[in-house]
Amino acid sequence: MRRLYLNSANGFLAACLVAALAASCSAQNITVPISAVAGEPASIAITGSGKATLYILGPGISTKQEVNLGEDLKLRGDALRNAGDYHIIACSDSCHSATFYVSAAKPASLTFLVHPSRVPVAQQDAVSGVAFPFDQFHNLVFTPQTINFQLSAGNASLLNRSVNTQAGVAWFRTSSGKSAGALQVVASLNDFNARRVVQQVASDPCNLRITGQRNAQGILVQTEPVHDCSGNPVPDGTIVSFTATAASGKSTVDAPIKKGVARAQMAASGSAVISGASGVVMGNEVRVGGQP
Amino acid sequence: MKFILPIILAIATVVLIGVAFVASGTVVGKTVGIEAGSAMYGLTPKASTPDQALTNLLVDVKRRNWDQAYGEISNPQVATKQSFIQAWTGSYGSLRTFSALESFEVRPMHITNDAAQMRVRLRWTTPIGPLEDVRDFHLAKVGDIWKTVWSKTDVPNVPSQIIPVTYLRWDLVSAAGDDEWGAKNIDAPHVRIISMNPLDFAEGAVVLGEVVNEDTIPAFVNVTATLVDASGNAIDEETSFDKIDHILLPKQVTPYRIDFPKVNLKNVKNVRMNVKATLVPASADPVIGVMNQKVDPDYQGKSVLRGDLLNESGQTVNIPHVIASLYDNNGKVIWVADGYVEHSLLPQTAAPFEIEIPKNMVPKVSNFHVVVNQYSMGRN
Repeated sequence: MRRLYLNSANGFLAACLVAALAASCSAQNITVPISAVAGEPASIAITGSGKATLYILGPGISTKQEVNLGEDLKLRGDALRNAGDYHIIACSDSCHSATFYVSAAKPASLTFLVHPSRVPVAQQDAVSGVAFPFDQFHNLVFTPQTINFQLSAGNASLLNRSVNTQAGVAWFRTSSGKSAGALQVVASLNDFNARRVVQQVASDPCNLRITGQRNAQGILVQTEPVHDCSGNPVPDGTIVSFTATAASGKSTVDAPIKKGVARAQMAASGSAVISGASGVVMGNEVRVGGQP
Repeated sequence: MKFILPIILAIATVVLIGVAFVASGTVVGKTVGIEAGSAMYGLTPKASTPDQALTNLLVDVKRRNWDQAYGEISNPQVATKQSFIQAWTGSYGSLRTFSALESFEVRPMHITNDAAQMRVRLRWTTPIGPLEDVRDFHLAKVGDIWKTVWSKTDVPNVPSQIIPVTYLRWDLVSAAGDDEWGAKNIDAPHVRIISMNPLDFAEGAVVLGEVVNEDTIPAFVNVTATLVDASGNAIDEETSFDKIDHILLPKQVTPYRIDFPKVNLKNVKNVRMNVKATLVPASADPVIGVMNQKVDPDYQGKSVLRGDLLNESGQTVNIPHVIASLYDNNGKVIWVADGYVEHSLLPQTAAPFEIEIPKNMVPKVSNFHVVVNQYSMGRN
């Protein structure tokens, strides 16, 4: 698990420093841990006798201390909280360097992103989720982990899938369900759960039908209960545009659906042709005769 | 000898004041602006002509000298002083209540020995910019002076009542507690530009079209257009400002118009459109119907789209704003016009509106779609 990790400016500077110091020093033996874990203590052995100056350079850390050569140097766990490459440089008469890698500890939390937060029903591959396991020090856990994704709507389970992380990431993609309502999306790793809610909403209105009848104020026009093509009621607040064309001119009302039905009062004394539309969806036309 | 110069100056001053009284603000055939009135407070010229009588009235209205203005109408029995004042100052938080008469222009239409009809172009300053209003006044000779015959204005009077409303609103619930990554994501509303049409117009370029909210939640929408030249450089960037209904309920369509003054469309190679939508709390009320829409000529022979706004809800709309898409016979949006209604819209009442249509557009207009934006106190 030892590797050089130099994809940042800090790493590059550290490598330059190591190279410069090592070049000016005579050889000493430094023994570093083969596999260190974030937050756990580790020991370093440096051969020789007498005193030396020890530099430790790692992700988010750089220290300098005097050490006795020939003794094991204990590194405390809180000095190794961040996963990544650590560089050890020991200098007395001469300098010597070594590098070791600290890997993330066991997963302690799960970050879960789900997209979108709202989705129309019956859409192909419309819901996706990505999970990232992190240890207690917020290091991304690269070792493969098995994450379980569960999607449920009401009491019905829509998806139950286990996915191994690759390079610290696990994901899924699936279609939205047929029914409007809250879609519970849960990602689980061991005892850790992350829960998100995707609102499944009705799609565009389907078979928009209107009726009209004359009353004292003019013409009362209303829709039949408005549903999408999967039979879900279109949410209240959705605008239905009514248009009445009569000899006196054109009248329009943008009326919101309330309790499943949109309703409007049109002012037209003579006969009128009335149509309805919601967004880009057109409804039927009705003809209402003039006042007797 | 030492008194000659002061005496000459005093005489010259008196002469100049006299000239000012006689000649100020009057040009051939018409009277223009405030200068037509008295130059000094308390010194109102005698209303010996219809022109002077109407000018006196309008000057007093401009100065909010209501006692004097009310005394200059010939028929005070048709209106109480309060209703006379309200006719000029507006009520219920309407646009007129925030306006002031800036100037006016009086033109005679028909004058006989004892009656006259005058047409006045009134210019108002308002929070949304200057507005013009054209009104006709009748005047009558009473004794040796002229007075304005006040037309009784029908102020809507809504009887006390309870109007049940199924109230709809959208709430946004934010996750509490820690700032966990990914726990607070709520997508912005999905809106889409369904048409866009760049035009050359009188003093610049115009980009207009329509936007629809395709989502199931309300959206606050703003459209931005960037004009790009042949070398890919941005010439200008503007937003739709108030030429759009910013709050769109689900599946609602609004026109938009973006003006680029002093830009020639010949220099434009490309137009970049950007529509931004954010989630906002909103209400589905009030519902305002647009009745009896038709294109007619107005007083001055200009073509206007006129109709009546009908407030179908139980709350007062203080400032209605009408925006209309005009289509050609292919269904293409060829113009977006808008206008503010100066009077507030009381519950269950109707108020007229009219929007001017540019002369060169009139022959092409085949259809139109009108939406009503509204500003209500305590809600916007």
